[in-house]
Amino acid sequence: MNDIVRELLAKHGSLPVSVDQISDDADLYDAGLSSFASVQLMLALEEHFDVEFPEHLLNRKSFSSVEAIVAALAEITGDQQAA
Amino acid sequence: MTAAGPVTASSLSDRATRVAKSASEWADKVDREARFPAEALSALKAERLMGVMIPAEFGGENASLTEVADICVILGQACGSAAMVYAMHQIQIASLCGYAVGSGWHEDLLRRICDEQLLIGSATSEAGGIGGNLRNSICAIESEGDRIRLEKDATVISYGEASDAIMVTSRRHAEAAAGDQVSTVFMKDQYTLEKTSNWDTLGMRGTCSDGFIFRGEGSKEQILPRPFAEIAAQSMLAVSHLLWSALWYGIAVDAFNRSQSFVKAAARKNPGQTPPGALRVAEAANLLQQIKGNVVSGLKQFEQAKGNPDALNAMSFAVAMNNIKVGTSQSILTVINHCMLICGIMGYKNGTPYSLGRHLRDAHSAQLMISNDRILGNTSNMLLVNKPDPSLAG
Repeated sequence: MNDIVRELLAKHGSLPVSVDQISDDADLYDAGLSSFASVQLMLALEEHFDVEFPEHLLNRKSFSSVEAIVAALAEITGDQQAA
Repeated sequence: MTAAGPVTASSLSDRATRVAKSASEWADKVDREARFPAEALSALKAERLMGVMIPAEFGGENASLTEVADICVILGQACGSAAMVYAMHQIQIASLCGYAVGSGWHEDLLRRICDEQLLIGSATSEAGGIGGNLRNSICAIESEGDRIRLEKDATVISYGEASDAIMVTSRRHAEAAAGDQVSTVFMKDQYTLEKTSNWDTLGMRGTCSDGFIFRGEGSKEQILPRPFAEIAAQSMLAVSHLLWSALWYGIAVDAFNRSQSFVKAAARKNPGQTPPGALRVAEAANLLQQIKGNVVSGLKQFEQAKGNPDALNAMSFAVAMNNIKVGTSQSILTVINHCMLICGIMGYKNGTPYSLGRHLRDAHSAQLMISNDRILGNTSNMLLVNKPDPSLAG
């Protein structure tokens, strides 16, 4: 999942630096992720995983780092498997 | 709320009402001469209203944002420029209280704001294509040991010359990305301002939002400890939208009061006949109530979210705050236009008890300060994923 998140981040994040240079726990907003790009990334993730981000995950924290995105996705896909 | 709550609220509004009396006496002159509302600011300081939102442990009065918004409503009815200066100052206070407590230098500053009733300005907009996009900077902090230096070509610094200190956004250091920003407070004796443009505008003329090249020097400890991205997202945007909306509502309230007096005077002269403007007063009252409901619900949402980063960072919260700003800034123009139709030439003319020119001109700034188009663009992006909560109970 981490690889896919990184791939989509590279494609939709409009970051001024290469995604390879960003560690899993680095702050993506500090790295230059704009709120516009974060929504584009969110849409790409929804499309790829065929999921929808629930309201409680629609906040800056869910997209603050690669590992936060992975954790949010794990929660969503986990929820859906459980359901 | 403590038992002392309502008493504090009433005394704050009494104090603000006394300030408003002085502000309204000078409002037309401030507007005509495009000069700083010095009398209103002296009155605000005399009533010790500059630091009311600061925690009591630093000398403040623990006032809530709702109480401060109510002061803005009272001031907005008297002088839009004075109300705007006060609201902008409180935006800086909210950032300092929420994001700098624990830093010794800033805690001392909070004490000084209360003791000396200091006025804090802000320099966020920048030349070179940044404009009002406050989440990007070109200028950067230069440091040498503990000393820092900052030069900013600021397109606008509201009441820059009257400020006792200015909070300046910049990149964290020379290599930082445009969005990797910090906010730094410089005291008046630590900076110079070279004026680059003159604030000669349609309305809000007394805010004296001239352009300056800011050159400041200080020490590293003056940089707010939290990243500006966090302060902007969690405090500044919401507090700005709420306090601005409060004072804009105040401007519309005063326009309404004038038009209501106009109709009442006409009704007295012709007993038994409903004056032609009466229906429009009812329409304006209806709109005014919607604006009030919008601002009140926003304040309630803010007070519930306060201190909870998850709630303040939620997309639904940002959408709601954006809507309050866009909605209020549009609706006040409709209200004031109704009032103008009611008062007719007496409203159009300056120097009558029903004059509305200043109100209308001041109100036109509301759509532009942070352009509604920019805000709607931002909201529309969030609405690609966010679904508004229809609940009335939430």
